[in-house]
Amino acid sequence: MSTLGPGDRVRVRDDWPETGGMPVHVRTPHYVRGQEGTVLRALGAFPDPADLAFARPAATRALYHVIFAQRALWPDGRPDEEASDEVLVELYEHWLERA
Amino acid sequence: MDGIDDILTADGARLYEAVTALLACRGLITAAEIDARVRATDAASPAQGARMVARAWSDPAYRVRLLGDGTRAAEEMGIPMRGLPPLGVLENTPHLHHLVVCTLCSCYPRAVLGYPPFWFKSAAYRARAVRDPRGTIAEWRTTLPAGTHIRVVDSTADYRWMVLPLRPDDTEDWDEARLAAIVRDTDMIGVTVPTA
Repeated sequence: MSTLGPGDRVRVRDDWPETGGMPVHVRTPHYVRGQEGTVLRALGAFPDPADLAFARPAATRALYHVIFAQRALWPDGRPDEEASDEVLVELYEHWLERA
Repeated sequence: MDGIDDILTADGARLYEAVTALLACRGLITAAEIDARVRATDAASPAQGARMVARAWSDPAYRVRLLGDGTRAAEEMGIPMRGLPPLGVLENTPHLHHLVVCTLCSCYPRAVLGYPPFWFKSAAYRARAVRDPRGTIAEWRTTLPAGTHIRVVDSTADYRWMVLPLRPDDTEDWDEARLAAIVRDTDMIGVTVPTA
């Protein structure tokens, strides 16, 4: 089920379901949408919370730990010693595309 | 009782009896299952996570199992994990420090850390931890040695995350109970580091 592996470069879809006018439940933080990161590990597969939240039949989605450079997400005023800091986020496969 | 006002002002014990009797009557859950969950909830506290950390510091084989599968490692210590989200454990090293946050809500490994501290659920912590992790942990007077980088872990989905801190210096002779006594919830979130 896991089609991505450690080291794969991915881009998070720049998608904003919140703006569609219907109630949604999204577990992809705003701050990573459209951003590039690297898969650290596959975390297994889980029912999609976007469906579970509305008691709909839930698709099973592969879940990944994806690493982003902290400074790429927030470029403002990072001192050099923080250049290697990272943010690690759990993301479902349908939010990721290969970069 | 009919109406929300009655529920809000109802006697808690009688309400509990009524709801649990209904659930049992419909075969949804047994009284024994409810009792087991109440006991597990009552037992959940940072002392559980601290026992796991102290064991990992003392027993290299347990450390490997803890990092491989936090849920099984917790169950091995007698902590009930059935029906709970999987537990992941993140190891701090001299070069890598983990800081856990849930920017979307307040996901927290309650079975091993108990209820989250009030600030963990605050908008301020959730916004700042990802944007300015070093400034955030400085609020606890935590500074990291030069050359240590920070990995902020945003609990966005199905896992719950706990940090395995570095064992402090000068604790070589300590037994597990003494080690567990110095490990705090903040050490296992990553806003502080344990000291001897």
